Amino acid sequence: MTSPTPPGVTDVFVRTAGLEGRPPPAGVRPSLMKSLFGDLATASATLLIGGVLLLSVPQLLAWGVTRGVWTGSADSCSGVGACWIFLQEKYPQILFGIYPPAEQWRPMLVVALFLAMALWTLAPRNWTRWTLLAWAIVTIAALLIMAGGVFGLPEVQTSDWGGLPITLLLTVLSVGLGFPLGVLLALGRQSSLRIPRLASIAIIEVVRAMPLLSILYVAAILLPIMLPDGVTIDKLLRAIVALTIFSAAYLAEVVRGGLQGVPGGQAEAARALGLSWAATTRLVVLPQAISKVIPPLTNTVVVIVKNTSLVLVVGLFDLLSSGRAALADPRWPGPYAETYLFVALIYFVICFGISRYAAWLEHHLSPRGSR
Amino acid sequence: MNAVPETTGAPSAVAFDAVNKWYGSYHALRDVDLTVARGERIVICGPSGSGKSSLIRCINRLETHQTGRILVNGNEVTADPKRIEAVRREVGMVFQGFNLFPHLTVLENCTLAQTWVKKTPEKEAARRAMAYLERVRIPEQADKYPGQLSGGQQQRVAIARSLCMEPEIMLFDEPTSALDAEMVKEVLDIMVELASDGMTMLCVTHEMGFARQVADRVVFMDAGQIVEVGAPESFFARPQHARTRQFLGQILH
Repeated sequence: MTSPTPPGVTDVFVRTAGLEGRPPPAGVRPSLMKSLFGDLATASATLLIGGVLLLSVPQLLAWGVTRGVWTGSADSCSGVGACWIFLQEKYPQILFGIYPPAEQWRPMLVVALFLAMALWTLAPRNWTRWTLLAWAIVTIAALLIMAGGVFGLPEVQTSDWGGLPITLLLTVLSVGLGFPLGVLLALGRQSSLRIPRLASIAIIEVVRAMPLLSILYVAAILLPIMLPDGVTIDKLLRAIVALTIFSAAYLAEVVRGGLQGVPGGQAEAARALGLSWAATTRLVVLPQAISKVIPPLTNTVVVIVKNTSLVLVVGLFDLLSSGRAALADPRWPGPYAETYLFVALIYFVICFGISRYAAWLEHHLSPRGSR
Repeated sequence: MNAVPETTGAPSAVAFDAVNKWYGSYHALRDVDLTVARGERIVICGPSGSGKSSLIRCINRLETHQTGRILVNGNEVTADPKRIEAVRREVGMVFQGFNLFPHLTVLENCTLAQTWVKKTPEKEAARRAMAYLERVRIPEQADKYPGQLSGGQQQRVAIARSLCMEPEIMLFDEPTSALDAEMVKEVLDIMVELASDGMTMLCVTHEMGFARQVADRVVFMDAGQIVEVGAPESFFARPQHARTRQFLGQILH
């Protein structure tokens, strides 16, 4: 610098006493009044939303609560209130479809088994190969309990299965089989080997280019044609195949995103230490890749749960279609809203549970010390 | 074996024999001949893009060479996965970017390969890991995650992780280039100790002080070729090749 030093400023400085860290200045929260009516735009938005709520909520409460029918029989439901007694009487059929009522402890047991397994699996410390094995055993047991014909249980055709157990079975199987398949497809797509790469790309792109409905139709109609004469496969199994392939293609793309986010140096370091490709992938690359994509993975799983309701087009009675079937009883005045609210509540509990768990997991698994 | 001078009896630790490597059409390593004796400390330097990293990465086949031969302890490095794994058991590597596994603790970083590759029992693997973490002077960080450590500490863990496999040869690929100036010394000190214990070392580095202190020979590379090889005293005092003189003129002040 050529300009002379301004008066009072020296260009040599040595600190003699260190400064203690101080707390940041306190933030000021605006008052409630100011947040709601602070300026013209806020005030009009408050009035508009408040008006809409004032007009709609009391009506809804009147329908659901004050005029709602909580006791009585089908005849009491002629009024303008919600017919909650319908749910009281029909919930076994909504939850378990046309499964023989005397045997409904079986689907109930299946739901309880899946719930117990899901709760056990929530804790990451339970993520062992034994838990994986337990899932496989419970899923097979669930199928046997539903089907019967073993342990002296009367046989029940899959066409008579329905409701929540179908939704849970389809979810568990399409995620449980689709996820490993999706990981393989993602690894295949990244592979330097030509044939696995091209095959993976072909499967992913073809499946993603088709709506799930058409895949379900293809599985339901074309699979029996493609099989040799005399070989039949169950309607439920066909739906599982379709949902699994569909889920795998979407999960593969999510996992691929995660794989691309793992720096190449990670695999190099593992290989340099002598780990094989398989060990490197399993122990070093995949754990990092998957924990990076928990949010989109959750999104895909929630979509898969809801997609299971589409199996109604191939004649399976999942939770939603069992609810519709229950509505067909001519003794009742058709309480659609009540039934759909009930079914929606169950889907909400499942999907919201998955989202909240995933959010916790994402936080829990993020390596300490990284941003 | 032509062009690879054999010392009496035991094979050399690493021998390059007319090695060539291309990235696409770019000729990255050109007729490289180099023999490293057991226990020898080699420092490889040169401008960026000169092929120094490629050279050492070919030794454990993180890169593949197209022609010529590379021998590690007398065994040729080929595409055969069994051979590659055998070579990697004898050769440890430390990277510029540390490449610690962020999802594992420091201790787990050090035991993973022991238990999976060598099938060492968990307890013994942990004991050995602690011994090497003590050697790099961070045993107290064993239960932390890499992201909680400073760069210098991470690089020392990476060295310990490599040593846990008890390799005969250590490769260092610019181990201090990603470190803040304050942390270079703590890593170099460990490397000096390692050198004085008789480890065979090939180090790509610009730390000329380190080269002067521990190297038996300094290799200078440019444009994929070995331009000059010499003992550090003569290499720094009387560089022969014009390109070497130009390079040293730019990095030494």
